Amino acid sequence: MTERIDEVMEICLLAGKLMLESGGETYRVEDTMGRIAASFGVSRSHSYVTPTGIMFSVEGTNVTRFIRISERSTDLSKVALVNHISRRISSGELSLDGARKELERIQQLPLGYPLWQQTAAAAAASACFASLLGGMNHFLPSLLSGGMAFWCFEMMHRFVKIRFFAEFFAAFVAGGIVLLMESAGFVRDVGNMMIGSVMPLVPGLAITNAVRDLMAGHLIAGLSRGAEAFLTAFAIGTGIAFVLSIR
Amino acid sequence: MIVMQLLLSFVASTLFGMIFNVPPRLLPHSGFVGMSGWAAYTFAVRSSVDSVIATFIAAFFVAFLSNAFARRYRAPATIFIVPGILPLVPGGTAFEAMRHVVMNDYNAAIPLAAKAFMISGAIAMGLIFSEVVNQLVKRRP
Repeated sequence: MTERIDEVMEICLLAGKLMLESGGETYRVEDTMGRIAASFGVSRSHSYVTPTGIMFSVEGTNVTRFIRISERSTDLSKVALVNHISRRISSGELSLDGARKELERIQQLPLGYPLWQQTAAAAAASACFASLLGGMNHFLPSLLSGGMAFWCFEMMHRFVKIRFFAEFFAAFVAGGIVLLMESAGFVRDVGNMMIGSVMPLVPGLAITNAVRDLMAGHLIAGLSRGAEAFLTAFAIGTGIAFVLSIR
Repeated sequence: MIVMQLLLSFVASTLFGMIFNVPPRLLPHSGFVGMSGWAAYTFAVRSSVDSVIATFIAAFFVAFLSNAFARRYRAPATIFIVPGILPLVPGGTAFEAMRHVVMNDYNAAIPLAAKAFMISGAIAMGLIFSEVVNQLVKRRP
């Protein structure tokens, strides 16, 4: 029996880790782990999840496990996949071994869309958004500044592991390119173009998760996600302010 | 003009979905949610509703649609909410506030910053209210 409990815990923690690393809400992680454990016959489990770690224990036994989450990224499709697997486990479709294999397969999956596709998406999204605010003549210049900003963010984030600095730098690059284009006479409406270009950096997931975690009563997780969103917004604002001040 | 706005917001939200790695088969849905949110916002603003309340209405609408999609497609609601609320983020107001701060014009910056803060709060309140509605709907057998 203890061996089985160990195995169930292993699967719960793997599922929780995958979800949390990919940007799932903490209440969803706790809920999923509890459901998986219950479907495998471990009904009295407790979990405590924060954005940086998972604690999981089973009542009536001596086992408590803890794992640290150090790398976090945004990959909503992995959250959806793990969610789907948890549903299949709950409906009794997947055995213990099957669930482990499926989760390990998800763990091996590469991160979402490749970088060039994401950069292209960010460029086009910036262009669309700038045109939405200011008119179609913003489209082409924002394509350049938005794409460059996102690419610089990804590159900077690989070299320097400080996320907020990478965001600051990317916003600075976006603003700088827009200013250069203004002085070259290509653009006139600097504001809407800068807004469009930094749009892909906006912490949409952090805002959503902060609100949803706070609603679910996960105060610590909600506040820390809120702090993340606030710091990101602050970093973007500082980057733009930096550019405006040297204008 | 309106068709162009709808098209642009649809494409923008779909692409935001790509940045957050939304699964490919659900990308059009997140684009649709974003488009509806933007449509609700612009419609409210054009019928001279205050932008804070307009944002609240749009965020409520976005989260309501997202929850409906989440039930329909058995996927986490976050997938649809995140690209949906991005166009509502008060980028313009925050930018203006920042511009005044840089010019040392704090008196002009503070009302703008307060407005940006209120709009962010409106997004949060929209999400909360729609979650309440969602739970009420769920409870009904």
